[in-house]
Amino acid sequence: MEITGSIPSGGVCTPCLDERQNSVVTTGKTKTRIHCADDSLAGAVSQRACVYSGARVVLNPITDAAHLVHGPVGCASYTWDIRGSLSSGSGMYRNSFSTDLHERDIIFGGEKRLAACIDEIVRRYHPPAVFVYATCVVGIIGDDIIRVCREASERHGIDVIPVESSGFISGNKIIGYRAAAHALIRLITPKEGEVIPKTRRVNLLGEYNLGGEKWLIERYLREIGVEMNVACTGDSTVAALKQIPGGYLNLVQCTGSMHYVAKLLEEQYGTPSVDVNFFGAYNTAESLRAIARLYDEPGMTERAERLIERETTRIEPEIRYYRQKLEGKRAAIYVGGAFKALAIIRQLRELGVDIVFCGTQTGKQEDYEQIHGMLKPGSVIVDDANPAEIERFLVEKRVDIMAGGVKERVLAHKLGVGFVDHNHDRKECLAGYDGAVTFAREVFFTCCSPVWDSLRRQPDWEVADGT
Amino acid sequence: MVPDPHPLHEVNENQCQVCMPLGGVMALKGIADSMVLVHGSQGCSTYMRLSMVEHFNEPVDIASSSLNEKQTIYGGEENFRKGLDNIIRVYRPKVIGVVTTCLTETMGEDTGRMIGTYLADRSLHGIDIIPISTPSYSGTQSEGFWTAVRDLIVYYTTTVSPHEGVNIIVAQISPADTREIKRIARLMGVMITLVPDISMTLDRPYGILYEKIPPGGTRREDIAGMGGAKATIQFGYCCPDPLSPGKYLEEEYGVPLYNIPLPTGLMNMDRFIRALVSITKKPVPQSIMLERGWLCDAMADAHKCLAEIRPAVYGDPELVYAVSSLCVENGAIPALVATGTTSSRFSREILSLTQDGERQPEILEQADFSGIGATAAQKGVNLAIGHSGGKVLTERHGIPLVRAGYPVHDRLGGQRILTLGYTGTLSLLDTISNTYLEEKYRTYRQLRRTEFYDRGGVIHAET
Repeated sequence: MEITGSIPSGGVCTPCLDERQNSVVTTGKTKTRIHCADDSLAGAVSQRACVYSGARVVLNPITDAAHLVHGPVGCASYTWDIRGSLSSGSGMYRNSFSTDLHERDIIFGGEKRLAACIDEIVRRYHPPAVFVYATCVVGIIGDDIIRVCREASERHGIDVIPVESSGFISGNKIIGYRAAAHALIRLITPKEGEVIPKTRRVNLLGEYNLGGEKWLIERYLREIGVEMNVACTGDSTVAALKQIPGGYLNLVQCTGSMHYVAKLLEEQYGTPSVDVNFFGAYNTAESLRAIARLYDEPGMTERAERLIERETTRIEPEIRYYRQKLEGKRAAIYVGGAFKALAIIRQLRELGVDIVFCGTQTGKQEDYEQIHGMLKPGSVIVDDANPAEIERFLVEKRVDIMAGGVKERVLAHKLGVGFVDHNHDRKECLAGYDGAVTFAREVFFTCCSPVWDSLRRQPDWEVADGT
Repeated sequence: MVPDPHPLHEVNENQCQVCMPLGGVMALKGIADSMVLVHGSQGCSTYMRLSMVEHFNEPVDIASSSLNEKQTIYGGEENFRKGLDNIIRVYRPKVIGVVTTCLTETMGEDTGRMIGTYLADRSLHGIDIIPISTPSYSGTQSEGFWTAVRDLIVYYTTTVSPHEGVNIIVAQISPADTREIKRIARLMGVMITLVPDISMTLDRPYGILYEKIPPGGTRREDIAGMGGAKATIQFGYCCPDPLSPGKYLEEEYGVPLYNIPLPTGLMNMDRFIRALVSITKKPVPQSIMLERGWLCDAMADAHKCLAEIRPAVYGDPELVYAVSSLCVENGAIPALVATGTTSSRFSREILSLTQDGERQPEILEQADFSGIGATAAQKGVNLAIGHSGGKVLTERHGIPLVRAGYPVHDRLGGQRILTLGYTGTLSLLDTISNTYLEEKYRTYRQLRRTEFYDRGGVIHAET
């Protein structure tokens, strides 16, 4: 086979790899179906992670549980306190426990070590539950983590929940979300004879409280007359999660991670669900209205409208200021899930910003259709993009600002493109009306920073050859 | 959280190290025109990228063979080959390092054979593909780093005619540290081959052409000539012999080895200069003597402040040894010295630092932050020096932290932390003193009041 080379970059762009051609579409062109939700292409430097990663990000925010990673130390080390979820109580979840498998464990099996580690954690910290995550090597050596967890659970009288998250099962976090969903369902299924009474409270699925979003949403809901049962899993506890079956309604925010859970909850407990989205002023208003409609209680819609009116008026001057500054700027988005991408698209559009390039790691066909419908013709949509493609489209599409995660941030900065952090690492609340202002302010700060002009200013002196 | 009197033994709680393949990647990133393929599942390469990006604030591209369930059962060769094809198409590297993971090592993937077949089938010219075995369960990033550096040198070195150059093999240091070593060599007028050279590859200046493979790094033809050098200086004081690249050059090519600590601290930096002098017989320039003089002056000024510090030092063995040595020579005897790995030399060398003194530090190998935190609290540690993992020591025990080593992911500029040379030592020493002073000035008014005023003037009334 002949290997055809690419042109080195630096303004000149590398064409996409042949196998990736169908994962890139331009809006307004004839090809609309995008190839997605498949395995990542070897050697393409995908930005995706693994099943373990997907499972860990969903379950990790459960604050009082111990999270034990069964494998060599790396997987635990890379994910120690990586999820910036905030807690109103326990800080147990911010510890990273590892069974720290060594060569001898790989040869003789790691089950004994796993049992001993669970015993130690329970003896030392008395957590109400322990989640045990399987990693790649555990799947290969065939440790029976389900049995070890069951026995430990009986021994200690607490929930010890296996999470079947061996990384090699898939490079797509979605599969990890499923593993987490099964673990969650296992945790919340009532013991035999136990009945969780139905209430009028809502469960908020797919809210991880990275910057206090769960607390802000809870305030809004309380103001319109709805009590929150539990968020899944931001600032949750094991005891609170066990009350999920008593929820009146499931609000699904992060659809990628929680649609499947919502489906299982509907099947098992008959709880209906509705998609919500508290990122951005428009989305927040629509979500509150939808909830009020579903509750159909006297006065609730009026209370929701009053809240929307008050908050919209409050933030309007500041948003208007940023909109004036940002109108017509060109944005790129590359994030993990489609829910986040859609939320950012709407928010940027509210600020008058055009989205010229958008991609996700785990989007599905229907998500991409929705994204497609929201972008102007000529915009690029990419599934499972890699650094070469991101570089290419940032340059080709003359992007002013990008929204994404840590790996995208450094590339954007290198290319002189502003950046908004919309990842597990952020420290600011991005939900609701306050979040809309914070987001707009961040877009403005990075997009209109004086730093870009300073960097473009080339000194006019002569430069000597050599070192 | 109440400290547990019985530290855990089985479970590792809050890790002090990252995994072995990352060390391999770190070494490969210091080779010119190189790219890395991690043979394993997609997550491994992404986690390593994330970790390195957060530390270096640079794009770090690492490819993966992206194995999934099917390939794990039936073998990963097809993905492996596809991975190499795609790397070559997009990145056009001259060197591809292939590091393994716990997954592919356990599957028994023979990357050496797979590379041989691939090269034969593709009849590629000018691209070297080098297998490096880094099963995560066999070590930490420290072992992965030395393994990769040694394998690279074994791969490239051939018998060449003797030349005037000097080999410098560094441990895991920052790009700023790497630049400092090169600057000192330049001042000394010594031609060096430095491996691995991350000074540009993991810290690109703004304003140059953006290329997918960053400029800089040690050139493979320079590595090939290392067997003809006058000597090797290796900052691998705790590196075990079987992993030691310098040892290999000595045994295979008769290149004399100066295996010395990282040049952090007056004594260690003097050792480095002395090694350069004894190899090249050149006099030391005045400018270096001035830098040494400024460091000595700073040490005299800071000694009483430093005497009050009881530090905990943790991380990669080489950094920990050198920083501990710096602390000892300044009178800040470490109360606790810890590493996430284990090494036959580590404890012995640390103990020898303080053998004449009355106080011996507590030494922890294969440590985690549960153990480090509990011991630090018990030993009255009042300052910690190490990577960002130590943030828990601040959060939970109120111990201020001086960030050095890898990874530094919760502050900016991990790539710029300078701890080597007389100048780097001085800046580290100042940071240590000032971090301590900041805490002291923040608390001393209240402390003195509590001690001597609130107790009604009765000193030690409660003891």
